[in-house]
Amino acid sequence: MIVTKPKLISEVIDNLVNSKKVFVVGCAACATKCLSGGEKETAAFVEELKKRGKEVTGSAVLDTPCDMRIAKRDLSKSDAVAKSDAVVVLACGAGIGAIEKVIDKKLVPALNPVFVGTMERIGVSYEYCCVCGDCIIGTTGGICPVTRCAKSLRNGPCGGAVNGKCEVDPDCDCVWALIYEKSKKTEGRGLPRGIAGPRSYNKPRSIEK
Amino acid sequence: MKLCGRLRCGEFIITAELYPPKGTDISALMKKAGLIGPLVHGINVTDNQRASMRLSAMAVCRLLKEKGYEPILQMTCRDRNRIALQSDLLSAYVLGIENVLILSGDHPKVGENKDAKPVYDLDPVQLLGVAKTLESGFDMSGAKLNGAPSFCLGAVVNPTASPIEMQIEMMAKKALAGAQFFQTQAIFDVRQFKDFLRQVKHIPAKVLPGVILLKSPKFVKFLSALPGVNIPPEIVSRIENAKDPLQEGISICAEAITELKKIADGVHVMAIGMEEYIPEILSRVK
Repeated sequence: MIVTKPKLISEVIDNLVNSKKVFVVGCAACATKCLSGGEKETAAFVEELKKRGKEVTGSAVLDTPCDMRIAKRDLSKSDAVAKSDAVVVLACGAGIGAIEKVIDKKLVPALNPVFVGTMERIGVSYEYCCVCGDCIIGTTGGICPVTRCAKSLRNGPCGGAVNGKCEVDPDCDCVWALIYEKSKKTEGRGLPRGIAGPRSYNKPRSIEK
Repeated sequence: MKLCGRLRCGEFIITAELYPPKGTDISALMKKAGLIGPLVHGINVTDNQRASMRLSAMAVCRLLKEKGYEPILQMTCRDRNRIALQSDLLSAYVLGIENVLILSGDHPKVGENKDAKPVYDLDPVQLLGVAKTLESGFDMSGAKLNGAPSFCLGAVVNPTASPIEMQIEMMAKKALAGAQFFQTQAIFDVRQFKDFLRQVKHIPAKVLPGVILLKSPKFVKFLSALPGVNIPPEIVSRIENAKDPLQEGISICAEAITELKKIADGVHVMAIGMEEYIPEILSRVK
């Protein structure tokens, strides 16, 4: 899931300075679970825009705005979209990227995408994967040090862990301590053996099958 | 004699640490270097420590070298990707800097530029391996070098971190990757350190435990709050109850070195801004 957080309303309004008529798009998938762009948040955003003098031509919460087929189905033939000067999107950048492909309107993001989240409950998520393209969690008990170590160390901890907490954020567990504890429960072998090589940053920008 | 030669002979090694200035005025730094340079076997120069921007460690190492001192270049993985790190390793070598201490580096979030990009393209284990690769006449991409460097490589370990088993495994990996010597975070509890040495006997590298000059009760408080620093209560009360805390700090340091001399391969003295007292500390070592 892509975790998103609302932008400051002032930033969105600044972006709409020359747009009187606005259409609002929400997301029924990730942004709904993040409580940032579902039905409720989209309706509230419409009211906020009206209060600030905008004319809202309509709104739609798309099943998955990041799917170009869905975006095209729901937006490209919409009169309300056609009448608007700008489309405000309560979704992540992947959603806006899809919408950009199917309509020619000024697009204004209302959310900041923050990370790929593992959800504990609605509104509560953690970054456990940074989609690095070179996954090594098979050697670290399913716990990703590239994502969860502040320094992305792949071979083991730095010297700053105090009682299993990270030196950068003492409220945060040292991920290597977690990996170590997990290994005791599973294979009982401590740190991964051997030296993990440098990560590759050479990952594809598109997948076509 | 060069540091690597001394390490090989098994001599008791004394190293100290200097911090490059924030700005271009190197006069205070060079004055301190003049005081400690003749007394120690190597001077570490920190690499934008605490993630605060300073004069580069490489420039300062070269200045020390020109004065005839033995610099130890600290190189962190924080600010440079693998291209820049390899290039800097070659550059250090051609400037006459052979001793390189490799470490991950304090995270930007604990420094002055909290929004800076933390690079960490390589980790310290990998960077040690890369330095060895360069020594073999090739770079990371496999391209042949026209002239290869030769280094005396060091790394860090924290004998007071927990869980300690992981620190020991990391130390073994760093030694396997190429570290010939280790410097440690500040050691106050010599008994605990002795226990640590026993656990790392199997690792073929020299260990230089860190000692730190406690100059005031305020400094003790500051230090205690830092990651990876454990100061025993009796040491804290010695500084707090001393009429002259700085003199007491010097005594504590000298006593620690005297004890460590019996068990360790050397010491690494960190005076954090009070380097002019290092000669006094060393003169009091029995």
